[in-house]
Amino acid sequence: MSTLERPGASAGLSGGGGITKRQAWGIVWLLAAALFAWLMLGVWPDWVNAILTSKKAFASAVLNGLTLAGLYFLVASGFTLVFGLMRNVNLAHGSLYLLGAYIGYEVATRSGYWLLGVAAGFVVLALVGLVMQVLVFRRLEGDDLRQTLVTIGISIVAADLMLAVWTGTTYQIVTPAWLDGAVGLPIITAVKSNGEAVFLRYPFYRLVVLGVAIVIGVGLWLMLNRTRVGMMIRAGVDDRAMLSASGINVHAVFAIVFAIGAGLAGFAGVVGGSALSVAPGEDVRYLLASLVVVIVGGMGSITGAAIGALLIGLAEQIGLVYFPTYGIVLTFVIMVVVLAVRPQGIMGKAR
Amino acid sequence: MTALAPTDKPAAQSILEKIGAGNIVVLVLLALYPAVASDFFLTQIGAYSLILGMISLSLMLLAGYGGMVSLAQISVAGIAGYTVAIFGLNNSGVHGFGWPFWIVVPIATLVAAGASALIGVISNRTEGIYTIMITLAIATAFFYFTQQNYSLFNGFPGYTGIRAPEFWGVNWRDPMPFYYLCLGFAVVAYAAVLYGSRSTYGLTVQAVRDNPRRMRALGFNVTAHKVVAYFYAGIIAGLAGVLLVWFNGRISPGTINVSAAINVLIIAVIGGMRHPIGPFLGAVVVVLMQTFAIDIVGAERFNTLIGLFFLVIVFVSPDGLLGLWGRIKPHLAQESLRSGP
Repeated sequence: MSTLERPGASAGLSGGGGITKRQAWGIVWLLAAALFAWLMLGVWPDWVNAILTSKKAFASAVLNGLTLAGLYFLVASGFTLVFGLMRNVNLAHGSLYLLGAYIGYEVATRSGYWLLGVAAGFVVLALVGLVMQVLVFRRLEGDDLRQTLVTIGISIVAADLMLAVWTGTTYQIVTPAWLDGAVGLPIITAVKSNGEAVFLRYPFYRLVVLGVAIVIGVGLWLMLNRTRVGMMIRAGVDDRAMLSASGINVHAVFAIVFAIGAGLAGFAGVVGGSALSVAPGEDVRYLLASLVVVIVGGMGSITGAAIGALLIGLAEQIGLVYFPTYGIVLTFVIMVVVLAVRPQGIMGKAR
Repeated sequence: MTALAPTDKPAAQSILEKIGAGNIVVLVLLALYPAVASDFFLTQIGAYSLILGMISLSLMLLAGYGGMVSLAQISVAGIAGYTVAIFGLNNSGVHGFGWPFWIVVPIATLVAAGASALIGVISNRTEGIYTIMITLAIATAFFYFTQQNYSLFNGFPGYTGIRAPEFWGVNWRDPMPFYYLCLGFAVVAYAAVLYGSRSTYGLTVQAVRDNPRRMRALGFNVTAHKVVAYFYAGIIAGLAGVLLVWFNGRISPGTINVSAAINVLIIAVIGGMRHPIGPFLGAVVVVLMQTFAIDIVGAERFNTLIGLFFLVIVFVSPDGLLGLWGRIKPHLAQESLRSGP
């Protein structure tokens, strides 16, 4: 291990030598990934158990962190897209999440079809986003601060009206039977005295959430990098004026992005409301998550949102297990460290 | 309501003459306010507006002069409040060292100012609209932290039974002394901001707001100037936090939650951020709405009302009521000339 690290360190200093800085980082990441894979899949010796409480607690925390990260990614990807393109800090994003969750709940319970609720959450919120963009933000274009203030006003009114309609009750969106239950994972939590391995069982639905987040993440990436609309959006993130000058209807692009962003928030609301619960105050929680994820990951970057969501989701859940009353500090520390080292965020572009 | 109307209206007019005489008239009116106001109007409206106005003033200082919209000012006030609860006396049976107020208050103010400067250092890693996001994240994280942490912040219940001190033979908890205490602090803060805005340092901060690159090129340490502005804002917010904790008699995560943080911004925006009187004006309007809107829309829907009012102000007049007044005033002056004898 030490022989591997030495050339990397010297390359970092001199810039020449056998291995480039990039390769050295690659080796470090590979080692970290190997360590993580062993922690998850291997059978722990006693001393690791002594440090990290128990394999079961650790593995559950990691899996919970991953599913939470999936949820955070769904919410934050819309936020980061909207910000990257329009420089619009949508502080009503948390309200969009909560509204999506309530709508999903209503549709799912009344129709009896959970999938219909999910679709409704996306479609209705996409329409709400479209209306917000056309009626409100287009009028305040180029005025960052006023746009932000308006979103704050909207979030206050929205939170209050949602409280009026759905009261302070906590709702749980019921998932269909085919998503219920737990599945065994190839993760050995303990070995019984007779040599039989005990595998970790984990709720199937949470794994589905993670899978959906990955699919949507890949889909977004493909849309941004392989389609014409995606090309326009990326061009708009880099230079809005130039995109407009080259004959693209920027307002149409803005409207599409806002609809996608808001729709994803609503979608995440239904999916998250099925995994956790729907209650007033969740809007603030997911707004904070989006803010931190985007600050950490870098504004306007989907990959950044994925990395940020992973960091924050894992930090939150692992923090919950190992130092419960200081869990939030861990999230905060990550944000501060990223700001100190890389103010524009991990994947953000320097300006 | 009737008791307040005569004192409030001329106040709003004379402020906007933007001369020293205006300030004096307002001060005299505010000093005479207890003569006409009941205890309720003295504390729940008068003192409370002054306290909220001070917290918003600390935001106005940062946003108006420095161009840094910080949403963490209520957290700074909360830190001062928690410090008072921890070092002073409280009923919660956690901490409460019982130190005298003349040690506790300076400590609380300094801790708050230090925390504010730290927030300044963190949020100044980036510029512009990012400041709002970072400070909102800090405020939210601090709220969740106080709620989760019992060893330092006593978690969800927070601290109760915190009392304003008695000295010079005056019980400062009584409505009239407490009102004058708040008025004294507010006047000092207001005067300091007004004076500071015209000082060399204040002008430098305003220049940094207008063109940071040029100021950097001229050899000014832009970040240091901003962080110092956060420190000063922290002193004001900290003092207001001490008054707030004495006013409420308690401090809990609910005092510093996100809606409280946003409330501070709403007050500053409604009042206007061009002049230090704006936050106080906004505080009076918001507190009056808070108190009397219950009769109009019911206690439940107050947030919708204030939210809509805020949206209207943002759309119609970006400079708040001060800006609105600035636009109407010339028309009124012409009207009075025409209709005059």
